[in-house]
Amino acid sequence: MCNGNPYLPYTATIVETWYETGGERPVKTFKVTLDDAAARESWSHRPGQCAMVGLLGVGESMFCISCSPTEGDFLRFSVMRAGKVTSALHQLEAGDKITVRGPYGNSFPLEEWEGKRILTVGGGIGQAPLRPIVEFVRANRDKYAGLTVIYGARSCGDLCFKGELEALAKEGDIECHLSVDVGEEGWPHYVGFVPSLLMEVNPSPENTIAVTCGPPIMIRFVLENLKKLGFADEQIYTTLENRMKCGLGKCGRCNAGHLYVCKDGPVFSYAVLKDVPEAFA
Amino acid sequence: MGAISALLLTKEKWPEFLGKISGKQLFAPKRQGDRVYLAPLKEGELPDFDFQNTLVPPKALVFPQTETLYRYRLGETEMKEPAIEGEAVLLGVRPCDGRAMQLVERLFCWDVDDPYYLKRRALVTVVGLACSEPGLNCFCSSVGGGPASTEGLDLLMTDLGESFLLEPLTDKGRALLAEAGELLAEAPPEAVAQKEQIAAEAAARIKRSVDTAGIPEGLPRLWNDPLWQRHAAACLGCGTCTYLCPTCHCFDIQDEAEGTEARRLRVWDSCMFEEYTRHASGHNPRPTRRERTRNRISHKYSYYVQKFGIIACVGCGRCVNLCPVNIDLVEILRQVKEAL
Repeated sequence: MCNGNPYLPYTATIVETWYETGGERPVKTFKVTLDDAAARESWSHRPGQCAMVGLLGVGESMFCISCSPTEGDFLRFSVMRAGKVTSALHQLEAGDKITVRGPYGNSFPLEEWEGKRILTVGGGIGQAPLRPIVEFVRANRDKYAGLTVIYGARSCGDLCFKGELEALAKEGDIECHLSVDVGEEGWPHYVGFVPSLLMEVNPSPENTIAVTCGPPIMIRFVLENLKKLGFADEQIYTTLENRMKCGLGKCGRCNAGHLYVCKDGPVFSYAVLKDVPEAFA
Repeated sequence: MGAISALLLTKEKWPEFLGKISGKQLFAPKRQGDRVYLAPLKEGELPDFDFQNTLVPPKALVFPQTETLYRYRLGETEMKEPAIEGEAVLLGVRPCDGRAMQLVERLFCWDVDDPYYLKRRALVTVVGLACSEPGLNCFCSSVGGGPASTEGLDLLMTDLGESFLLEPLTDKGRALLAEAGELLAEAPPEAVAQKEQIAAEAAARIKRSVDTAGIPEGLPRLWNDPLWQRHAAACLGCGTCTYLCPTCHCFDIQDEAEGTEARRLRVWDSCMFEEYTRHASGHNPRPTRRERTRNRISHKYSYYVQKFGIIACVGCGRCVNLCPVNIDLVEILRQVKEAL
């Protein structure tokens, strides 16, 4: 935190940007570094955590940090253009300034998962919080029994991190299954919804942790299918997203039932969430 | 000053007593039309203690409706925090509102301190005024309070007719009395007994009540109960019940610019508003007033209890008194209880 004031952000500089997807709601990735050397030194985040990204004069919004700390001394945010702040962010390029505060929330218990196979099931922009898991496990490959990535989007043009995921699939060590809802010419992978692809891949629940993120409707069916495949509630994790303003458990709005997504989450085990009716609202 | 338990101030010395309070801005109940507000007291002015409660709870003086978080110039990155200074005395705070400040503080201290709230809170001395005549929709005694409860107060005053009984409760309260020591006399046991009687009589006149037993644990089970739709059907979504609630503390953070001078500010928000939870994608986890009403009640009577061990309602009755369509929290809770 800045000057002992948790609301005061750091300034950061965008070092690189690129588009992940096109269309009406494109996703653009921003690679940024904090300006202050001491802030860079003290900053540490874990896969699953979020940060409040802002533009002075426009506002702040919460985004998951879409990189693993194992990738280097920078932060990445993959931002879908949807509202006021994201539209303003999309106009920025390398060299522009933003504000960042955080990191916020809990994280994926990756130490607890050592020795297990990790399965991520993502849809659309929901791959952004799962990407740090993939990168973290790749960087600590000997500590995990394996990694399976299942990821889909509406169309080929809506897939985030596509190049990097296709490269992963070719590496061979990591199982990577991609899908699009609607088929198109030249698409070599699965055509259909992510929950169906999950059934097709038919992963064994044995010694496996499944993590899912995507649109609420996809999450609901993925959870259903994971249960059909024999996954226990404790083996299933998800990361939630709600509108947030403070990130500090004060402003009120991000609660799903009695849980504050910003403080008690965003990462939750299904064993906890299944009793919270508002969790998948 | 030693262990002072209670002091007596005759009413003729009351103006002089107020004059002795130095270096602190005084806020006290003042009538404007048919409403009473906690407003700055000018020199020589006297508080109007002929009121049941102020329209706006005193939370507004420690958690302003709009508050600058920091200022900056457009195009620059330097951010300047405002200085939070200036001590104040809040006179005539009803015990329910004092409790509310104490309740809300749990959240503002939770995990990460909220420096704005805590700085303002520390600058304020809260002088309570015990209730002798409860309002039509008061139910403080159902939720852990009472007409003379002392939580959150630095000093409790009770109107004994010819004089005020002053009971200091904290160092701040004792310091305030020390400024006017020569005007005060030690209260005789009869005066203390009279105060107890006034409080007991006031408590006996409270007409409304809620039996909260089982509600915090039971509310999540009523997730799909038709009662939410029934009560939300009349709701206009105006947010009065939350803006004027002494324990509601939700806020939005926004940027505002005039020319190149800009600030990031926080401003009261309400869970009764559609935009409150709406995602940028358009998805809204609480799409209708049914979900929002359910959240308002559940937050106060279940979620806050799970998180902080206490019901986030002090029974002040404002939400019932001020709802333009007569949505009645006490009645909702009665039906909740019935449905459990």
